[in-house]
Amino acid sequence: MSNSVLFDAPGPKAKRLSRILSIGFGALVIGGLGYLIYLLAREREIFNGTTEPGLFDSSRWDIFEDPELWGFIGQGVINTLTAAGISAVLAIILGVIMALLRTSNKIWVQIPTTAILEFVRGMPVLLMMLFILLSFSTGALWAVVIALTLYNGAIIGEALRAGLAALPKGQNEAGLSLGMTRMQSMFLVQFPQAFRQMLPVIVAQLVVLLKDTSLGFIVGYPELLRSTMNNLSSFFGSRYTFSFFMVTLAIYLTMNISLSIFARYVAKKTSSVKN
Amino acid sequence: MEVLFENFDRYLVGFWMTLQLLLVSGFFALIIGTLIAMLRISPLGSMRVFATAYTELARNTPLTLVLFFCAFLLPYLGTDYSYPVLAIIGLSFYTSPFVAEALRSGINGVALGQAEAARSLGMRFSQTLIEIVLPQAFRMVIPPLINVFIALTKNTSVAGAFFVVELFTIGKELANANGDAVILVLSGIAIFYLAITIPLGFIAARLEKKWVVVK
Amino acid sequence: MKRSAKFSLLATFGVAALVLSGCAASTTEEATSAAPEGTAAEAPMFAAGSTMARLADAGKVTIGTKFDQPLFGLVAPNGIPVGFDVEIAIMIAAELGISEENINWVETVSANREPFIESGQVDFVVATYTINDKRKEIISFAGPYFLAGQSILVLADNDTIKSEADLVGQPVCSVTGSTPAEKLAELGAVTFLTDTYTNCLEPLRTGAVVAVSTDNVILAGLAFQNEGQFKIAGDAFTDEPYGIGVLKDDTEFRMWINDLLEASYQDGRYQTAWDTTAGVLLPFRAAPMPDRY
Repeated sequence: MSNSVLFDAPGPKAKRLSRILSIGFGALVIGGLGYLIYLLAREREIFNGTTEPGLFDSSRWDIFEDPELWGFIGQGVINTLTAAGISAVLAIILGVIMALLRTSNKIWVQIPTTAILEFVRGMPVLLMMLFILLSFSTGALWAVVIALTLYNGAIIGEALRAGLAALPKGQNEAGLSLGMTRMQSMFLVQFPQAFRQMLPVIVAQLVVLLKDTSLGFIVGYPELLRSTMNNLSSFFGSRYTFSFFMVTLAIYLTMNISLSIFARYVAKKTSSVKN
Repeated sequence: MEVLFENFDRYLVGFWMTLQLLLVSGFFALIIGTLIAMLRISPLGSMRVFATAYTELARNTPLTLVLFFCAFLLPYLGTDYSYPVLAIIGLSFYTSPFVAEALRSGINGVALGQAEAARSLGMRFSQTLIEIVLPQAFRMVIPPLINVFIALTKNTSVAGAFFVVELFTIGKELANANGDAVILVLSGIAIFYLAITIPLGFIAARLEKKWVVVK
Repeated sequence: MKRSAKFSLLATFGVAALVLSGCAASTTEEATSAAPEGTAAEAPMFAAGSTMARLADAGKVTIGTKFDQPLFGLVAPNGIPVGFDVEIAIMIAAELGISEENINWVETVSANREPFIESGQVDFVVATYTINDKRKEIISFAGPYFLAGQSILVLADNDTIKSEADLVGQPVCSVTGSTPAEKLAELGAVTFLTDTYTNCLEPLRTGAVVAVSTDNVILAGLAFQNEGQFKIAGDAFTDEPYGIGVLKDDTEFRMWINDLLEASYQDGRYQTAWDTTAGVLLPFRAAPMPDRY
């Protein structure tokens, strides 16, 4: 519900008060941020008396002039995107399969699928990655991809199922009356609509998938987080850890926010007229 | 199987820490999330901007980076908390925007007519909110909130990489120590997580069915 | 188009630029290969059917090593690891007639060394791999080729910790799943475990832990990277023999590597490997005799 329903339109005095409070709050926030930056930027003494330069000191950022370093970081980005890309495609495929199985009218298909679904949704992705890596001796990449596929496939499957359930029953009946088999009706009539309907949810889940690739660090997959915080940090020493953190944060924010904006753009483009 | 029985006390240690992380972070995430939700619908522009920026930042940062900040940079800045406390700070921050989104969707789900009726009766903003909107929103909010909590349960596993001894850390420790029984050891860990998430999932489904509001 | 969509496009270009630079880096990394000694001999002759013959014929080898251990196995920004373990691995490959460019380096973290060997994802592992009986049940070791020892790193001005006895009940940092971590638990220290050794340094600086404990050579690398802040306290209090991990039943390969190691002790290759890597910091220690079991 819109805000205007909850209270009267503000009069001039209320507007002025509102503006003053707004500016006051804004100043508070900016002040807080400034203090945080000050804390990070000042020198500090370590336990035994030697001083370390502040976190924005140039001595902590000089290695970033080296293009080879950026190449290594770029490789981390590639690995992240590769794992995310493969997992996304496989997860969508798995999601379709799960949705089909769950809406099956055969009990002996539905119950095991539901059991597997609950199992996969209840386990932490990290645990799944470790499990797959150690039990099945796949490489690090496939441990990450399979775990992400299973987990996100289950979620996407549920979203598709909700989308299918939300369709008017007439769609399925129309398909059947045209002589289609249940499968044909599913694929030609219902799934496309369910997909379009649930696209925002699905793309939101893909953003989560991209974030979760960072969990691959635990199984040694050289994605972005591991490349910077583990490998480069070890190579250059802990003096640069914060710098790597800032760079990694910036890259992740860029990737994720871009994906979110793209998601919203797609959602707007494909939403049907009645919405 | 003896592996499981011999190390059962270690499993419990991890399980207890996971529970603590879940309950305390959940509590703080609720508080922060409610604050953020209120800021989002506030009449003050700067509050809305702040809440939106906060939400975007928290939702688009991987949890690993958030916990990294809490475990390494907060002590650098001078805080003196133990690592579980730092993990709780990180988990609360990370979960709060999802709580805020769940609350907002719940509030938005209350029919517009309710608020209009309240306004037409002359109720103030606070009265409308507290006596009409929130009680109805509460029912719509619980199932998605439970889902947020299920996600939080699973996210506590990431804290294991940052000096916190919870279920996942125990899992790695035991898997390393018993290289031949890895599947068994990790299955034990999975069972403990499922012991929390599956009941929560059932509760959410039941509540959703019970409270479904026919619009 | 809308501003936010424009921003998103710009941001995508930025990320794409990073991706392209990554591509560029990975293609150049095929070409570059800092090539010290490891000269590939002419195709050597091996007993048919042996691992050595298989690898020599393939002309390629996949080696597991650490990517985050200073002095022993540390990956440089060009993607190639450097260190003492790496040099030993290069030596073995060279003896198989495989030059450095044809080595495929795989990172083996402590958790996956045995699974990777068992499944054949790597041909052998040289990764600060401590030999112990439990691991011998799953895989087998050539060597030892180096004798490290667990030691303690403290802040430079800390004089209260002089030996491992002072660690009882104290908070100490180490890496999950490593032998030093188990030893610390045995000793009765309160362990704080993480994934990488460099992560242990910050808790040490803030005082959350009083010491970091792992193999002395790793600690030396950490101390060196942070001049003046840390020091090693006391002497090594365990023996950590580093071995080369191979498949459990591949006795032929194991013995061949042992022969190679012994030869390298005599003809100076071992010394050169040490001098060009860890020897920059640490004094040379007499190489241990391989254990032929």
